[in-house]
Amino acid sequence: MTDTADTAEGIAITVNGQAVEARTGELLIDACERNGVYIPRFCYHPRMTPVGMCRMCLVEVDTGRGAALQPSCMLTCAPDMVVETESDLTKKAQDGVLEFLLINHPLDCPICDKGGECPLQDQTMAYGPGESRFVEEKRHYEKPIPINDNVYLDRERCILCDRCTRFAKEVAGDPLIHFQGRGNGTEVNTFPDEPFASYFSGNTVQICPVGALTAKPYRFKARPWDLEEVESTATIDSVGSRIVIQSSRNKVLRYLGVDSDAVNWGWLGDRERFSFEALNSELRLTEPLIASGEGHRVTTWSAALGAAADAIAKTPASRVAAIGGARLTNEAQYVWAKLLKDVIGTDHVDAQLGDGLPADLVLGLPRATIADACRPGGTIVLCGPDPKESLGALYLRLRHAVIEDGATLIELTPRSTGLSALAAHTLHPRPGELGALARALVAGTTDDVAGVSGAAIGAAHQAIAAGGPVTVLLGRASAAESAAVVAEAAAALSNIDDVGFLSTLTRGNVHGALDMGLAPGLLPGRQRLGAGIPRGWTSVPSETGLDSTGILTAAVAGEVDALILLGADPLRDFPDRHLAEQAFDAVDTVVAVDTLPTDSVAAADIVLAAAATTEVAGTFTNLEGRLSALAQKVTPPGTARPDWIIAAELALALGGDLAIQSLDDVWTELAAMSPVHAAIDPAAAAERDGVLVTGTIDYTPVEQGELPAKDAYALRLVSVRAMYDQGSSLAASPSSAGLHREPVLALHAADFEKLGVSAGDEVSVTSARGGVTLAVQSDPGVPRGSAVMVSHLGGPDPYDLIDTTTLVTEVLVERA
Amino acid sequence: MSRLSHQNVELAQEIISRYPIKKSALIPLLHLAQEQDGYVADDAMAHIAELCDVTPAEVVGTCSFYEMFKRHPTGTYLVNVCTNISCMLLGGEELLRHVEDTLGVRHGGTTDDGAFTVEDYECIAACTEAPCLQVNYRYFPRITHDEFDELVADLRAGKRTDIPPHGTLGRVRQHIPAAKLAGVVPPDQVDGAPVWLANSEGEAANG
Repeated sequence: MTDTADTAEGIAITVNGQAVEARTGELLIDACERNGVYIPRFCYHPRMTPVGMCRMCLVEVDTGRGAALQPSCMLTCAPDMVVETESDLTKKAQDGVLEFLLINHPLDCPICDKGGECPLQDQTMAYGPGESRFVEEKRHYEKPIPINDNVYLDRERCILCDRCTRFAKEVAGDPLIHFQGRGNGTEVNTFPDEPFASYFSGNTVQICPVGALTAKPYRFKARPWDLEEVESTATIDSVGSRIVIQSSRNKVLRYLGVDSDAVNWGWLGDRERFSFEALNSELRLTEPLIASGEGHRVTTWSAALGAAADAIAKTPASRVAAIGGARLTNEAQYVWAKLLKDVIGTDHVDAQLGDGLPADLVLGLPRATIADACRPGGTIVLCGPDPKESLGALYLRLRHAVIEDGATLIELTPRSTGLSALAAHTLHPRPGELGALARALVAGTTDDVAGVSGAAIGAAHQAIAAGGPVTVLLGRASAAESAAVVAEAAAALSNIDDVGFLSTLTRGNVHGALDMGLAPGLLPGRQRLGAGIPRGWTSVPSETGLDSTGILTAAVAGEVDALILLGADPLRDFPDRHLAEQAFDAVDTVVAVDTLPTDSVAAADIVLAAAATTEVAGTFTNLEGRLSALAQKVTPPGTARPDWIIAAELALALGGDLAIQSLDDVWTELAAMSPVHAAIDPAAAAERDGVLVTGTIDYTPVEQGELPAKDAYALRLVSVRAMYDQGSSLAASPSSAGLHREPVLALHAADFEKLGVSAGDEVSVTSARGGVTLAVQSDPGVPRGSAVMVSHLGGPDPYDLIDTTTLVTEVLVERA
Repeated sequence: MSRLSHQNVELAQEIISRYPIKKSALIPLLHLAQEQDGYVADDAMAHIAELCDVTPAEVVGTCSFYEMFKRHPTGTYLVNVCTNISCMLLGGEELLRHVEDTLGVRHGGTTDDGAFTVEDYECIAACTEAPCLQVNYRYFPRITHDEFDELVADLRAGKRTDIPPHGTLGRVRQHIPAAKLAGVVPPDQVDGAPVWLANSEGEAANG
């Protein structure tokens, strides 16, 4: 599976009498499979180191010294190898291995979840003896034992293939499950009372070749032969991992990872894997709602759309604004962009909620793919959120690149991340001074900058200056630090030779939203407003509009009357909640298009129930700009409608006509008006690895401006996200809802004395915006002078403190 | 019982410093924990994991693989009675029954006073001395029932100072003189024979 194998010359071997060409360094088991000869196996997995544990892949191999049985997963192809995979000796070996495995494996297939999709069951049928000579008592264990909140272990079914334990150690880096005991008593288990607390534990269920590991959300829910499936893309974060959606009786029951060489290599984070639960949640919005008294009442679609159209029609276009859109498919984003910017005529449109980056920055920098970032010998500059907490599947790729492929990781982050242990250079600039640090890093300064020692900057500079490809992972590490600071750093880093940028904006299809023009000043197809009226459109807004911060600020000033929310929840998700609350009080009409009842939906005047992912077909654009297919597998609940149909009907109610009757119409129009989509073949996007949308817009760097002098008594706030929080979609997924941490204020121990506090104390944290009270904790990963909080945990929240109009938010910390 | 004592942590750090990879010190540290408590406590394993930068699951994986690490409280004297073929033919099973009757516990159990744990053991590689048993891994060859009773009485009376409590590795801690150290030299700086080989050859010539 290594990419280098493709270019090397072939090695001639003989398999079952046929001449076969293997690649240099290729394992025999892979070479045979690639040439249509499947060798049975349990322990071998192409994305992990072979270990030769199960012996199922024994085949007869003659390397010139006579034929002998060898495990084909441990054998690299050599010239003139003669291989027999179906000889009597090979068959006898396979037969014997299976009889041994079945000595201890219970024959409980009728009540085992794996039955019907079980490699042991299938291979016993295909290669096994059919009868056991073992009449003694089999092993018995307490069953099942939960090894974490979502994964159960039935130890007697385990055949000790080492797949889950290898995954935990090699791929995820969380070796919290391990073989224990020896001989007949060997079992996989955790340390007593210490669960397999990994963000990636669900992958062990998927790769278990027997029913030893099962996932709680799927246990006893269905049999494999009752499932229908379709390949699609996960939408919960912007990596766009390829998945299979499996459903039964119009209900999604399971996501499985699919091995896309370009993206997720078959792995999924647990948050992605179990995110389908939110689709089946009883909380789902199923009917349109309209404000009535204190709450909402159910109404008809014509009444709801009519009310929304009336509110919008009576409002001048410049006083209509829309926030959100990252949840939508590319097609729905296009239709909404056309509705907002053509029919309604407003440019106050922003898919990001003040926690992202300017659209023209993301679209203007030279882009890199995940594979570019993970090139052997390359350098990765992490200048964004912690991939382990935000972009699980990307974290696994980066981890592999550093450990296996010798990539060098340089961190420019406000605090340590899940990758810090692997980083060659970890530099934590003071919040607001990232740009200065980036300039120093590129120039090779040896002075201390931004609180980072000159020696550390010099050492990191050497790594960059050494040549070789550099990829910057660019995103917003802290919502308490203005995007202008990140933009300043990006401008400096773009001076590195041969540099590419991989955006790490995290929200679902946010990159699709940018490509489809759901940002101020942009039109679909990475085009700037002002380039004329696109083909198929009748008008465009005359002036560049406001971003989310601008929209909410204008609303407070009484300059916005109608606010449309496209799956956005500013009351929870906008970093300055104070501003969002004031804005909601000030606007006349809030129209929310959403799938779940968020705080903002509760405050909306009109609620339009939307179809969620798996309920609508379309495409997704991931953080690389990779277009991949989203499949419809089930129907939406109640009368919930696809977002693009809501937009088209709203246009009709407004007296306009988008002239879009189907998703094909979207692509026809997009191909005509978008220079970056013109050459894209929708059929290519339907392939597993999708297709990259390429092309950048002109971008002129903007300086961040003067940072206020640091208040000697204040700390600078850092607001980060965690994998599990109380976000609306996670809260609606029972498997993920309880996994979030308790909120704490994390400080460097050296700041404790200065503040007169000690670990565990309740402290009050006050900014110009507000104050919260919570426990303080010492954290060696936090630099001195910074105060780190995780947002969205449901308790004291940094979003109650942040002022998005300033470069940094300073806080005073005192014992409560 | 519990985490390693302050004194043992110091010793542990010294042991860890002998290895290029901290994880390599797992087995010596597990012995250290067993010496401290008479068995390897869960807390001690968690502590060892911290010291070696591995997870507790990896420590328990190593610990549980080895028969000599006990994960539950064990008597001061561990009595292993061999019942494999040679001992069985020469009265090993009768010996085990006698041991059980004398001490009042079944094999696998520990006496109420915490003095003795009895195990029905696999071959201890002393077939010529059958029936044979071990007390804290010290051999008692061709032992009769009377001799065993006498041994128990001596142990209870504290007369057998040659048998240290369970978990004690040896009375003299390993001390390697500088001249006997392996003398690890990076491959590119190798110059002649390794220190230990030169020393051994010298000894051979002298001896």
